[in-house]
Amino acid sequence: MPQLSDIPPQDRRRLWETMLLIRRFEEHIVDVYGQQEMQSPVHLYIGQEAVAAGVCLHLRPEDYLFSTHRSHGHCLAKGADVFSLYAEFYGRAAGCCRGKGGSMHPCAPEVGILGTTAIVGGGIPLATGAALASKLLGQGRVAVTLFGDGASEEGAFHESLNFAALKALPVVFVCENNFYATASPIHQRQPHDDIFRHAAGYGIPAAQVDGNDAAAVYFAAREAVQRARRGGGPSLIEARTYRWKGHVGPSCDWENGCRPKQELEQWMDRCPLERFTQRLLQSGDLTEQDIRGTLERTDVMLARELERAKHSPPPASSEVWRHVFHETK
Amino acid sequence: MPWTKIFSNQAEFDLALGGQGLRALSFREALVEAQRFLLQDDPRVLLMGEGVDDPGAIFGSTAGLAQSFGKDRVMDVPLAENGMTGVAIGAALAGLRPIFIHMRNDFLPMCMDQLINHAAKWSYMTGGRVNVPLVVRSIVGRGWGSAAQHSQALHGLFLHVPGLKIVAPATPYDAKGLLIAASRDGNPVMFFEHRWTFDYVGYVPAEAYQVPLDQGVRRRQGSDATVVAIGWMVNEALKAAAALEAEGVSLEIIDPRTLLPLDMPLILESVAKTGRLVIADTACHTGGTGAEIACRVAEWSPGALKAPVVRVDFPDAPTPASTALEKTYYPDAEAIAQAVHRTLREG
Repeated sequence: MPQLSDIPPQDRRRLWETMLLIRRFEEHIVDVYGQQEMQSPVHLYIGQEAVAAGVCLHLRPEDYLFSTHRSHGHCLAKGADVFSLYAEFYGRAAGCCRGKGGSMHPCAPEVGILGTTAIVGGGIPLATGAALASKLLGQGRVAVTLFGDGASEEGAFHESLNFAALKALPVVFVCENNFYATASPIHQRQPHDDIFRHAAGYGIPAAQVDGNDAAAVYFAAREAVQRARRGGGPSLIEARTYRWKGHVGPSCDWENGCRPKQELEQWMDRCPLERFTQRLLQSGDLTEQDIRGTLERTDVMLARELERAKHSPPPASSEVWRHVFHETK
Repeated sequence: MPWTKIFSNQAEFDLALGGQGLRALSFREALVEAQRFLLQDDPRVLLMGEGVDDPGAIFGSTAGLAQSFGKDRVMDVPLAENGMTGVAIGAALAGLRPIFIHMRNDFLPMCMDQLINHAAKWSYMTGGRVNVPLVVRSIVGRGWGSAAQHSQALHGLFLHVPGLKIVAPATPYDAKGLLIAASRDGNPVMFFEHRWTFDYVGYVPAEAYQVPLDQGVRRRQGSDATVVAIGWMVNEALKAAAALEAEGVSLEIIDPRTLLPLDMPLILESVAKTGRLVIADTACHTGGTGAEIACRVAEWSPGALKAPVVRVDFPDAPTPASTALEKTYYPDAEAIAQAVHRTLREG
């Protein structure tokens, strides 16, 4: 079992900072959502930060990332701009999609996020296709797709694994198994909850990891991305984790009876950010002063970008008719 | 103009145009030539589809291409229509220009999530920052008991989805020029071909050329009634026009070529002249392309019509298998001629 010391010091720090950024980015949304000015259905990522951070640390800007309706954390970890995300969620002209995508469809082509789908499973074949393009064009780019346990029930998941294995494509399938699809628990939907087992049927290497352990995700993703990069074909990672908030919006599921409060509390005790913080304090990578300083800087930046986004202008009404079709320059 | 003419065989072509030194190709050969040009011209182009490289070669429309360009660029794919459409879209997002090919229209319903929720909306959802240069070829079957799941024409379904362009060529010339234009367009383009046009021949220049995706064509000049005919029905309309001419009725035939964008100025101009409109389609009656065209004429030029619009299309029923029932099911030149007579009687 690899140790924390097997992660280069700068990567340890980046893992932690990325998780902190995602956590606070989402909590700033929670703080303002009640004002009802951010009129976009936000699917918050709190509790799952280690997965996005651990996977994306291995990706280059030109590598591709295809995400889901719950994409905020993925986008940040891949390097998307905070302001353009917040502005998009506020429906502003300066948003990453000019206010036409909202929270569920962010894009950041400059860092390999070519768009985001909110149809469960929809992004999996897209990533597979991007990997096909990379391979046929000889670009050496890796495509990653993150999706939930529900997506593993879709045909598109199985069709993509089959094709990716057939063509040995440079794609990494990352399933964030948080055990719920909206409010439906996985045991009502699947005969077992070991999603990584699907890979065996397609001859794809797979790993099941603790998705609340940033280091565990980091090691599994490093192996998978390296395999893809050297032409070794696809991998499947199942990261078992838990969503703290409801399927959509800032409330918690136990409040409406969707799941037991005790279950949430058990997972909150295993908070991925807190656990990794403690490990870095013990290893000496972090000091209490570092934590306070980074937290403050992050919060100041997020508050500033959120305010700037909120007060930026909305799109012109003529935008309704633009971009239905590609506009050639 | 030679490129507006259609011939059912080489002999007819030679009789009419052979003396001018023009080259004839079948619709099928025109498709092959267009794809051969695209594959040669642009390394980003690839063909994907079930059986694109097999001996049947999609009714001959990809014949020889796998041999010339290899199986990475003329790629047989698993029977996973929705997933593979997603793969084609992802490849298009990441820099390729795939042409995805279905032997039958009837396989399109399996791709609806990726076509409607993804390809059609991607440019819009990303605020125009990312586009999907994808062509989806699919063939409308007919006859020999093909029945309900091998002879649908579903272009009307896609007309309802913003973000897709829809093309329905009727001639070899247009098949080549529209396919090249579709591949270059940068948008998802649904390219509908009718199986019965595949053997028809017409003048096709050897060089590459594009037919714009927003321009219809007047196939025949006339003064008494306008027939807007889609795909295969252009051929039936031409036959009807010849028969009606003998009766002293002059038919104008408009082939829209692309259904979205639709060349309404051309249609409205013709209807303004004739005052009578028949719409002939290779699809079921309700909620289809004919309904949209009729509605737009009523909205934009209500005063131009001297008689009610008549639609000639399939009954609102799945396609039957029996040859005897197919005869009733499929409208032909005679049905178009009857529709024209009706508009003349009622106006």
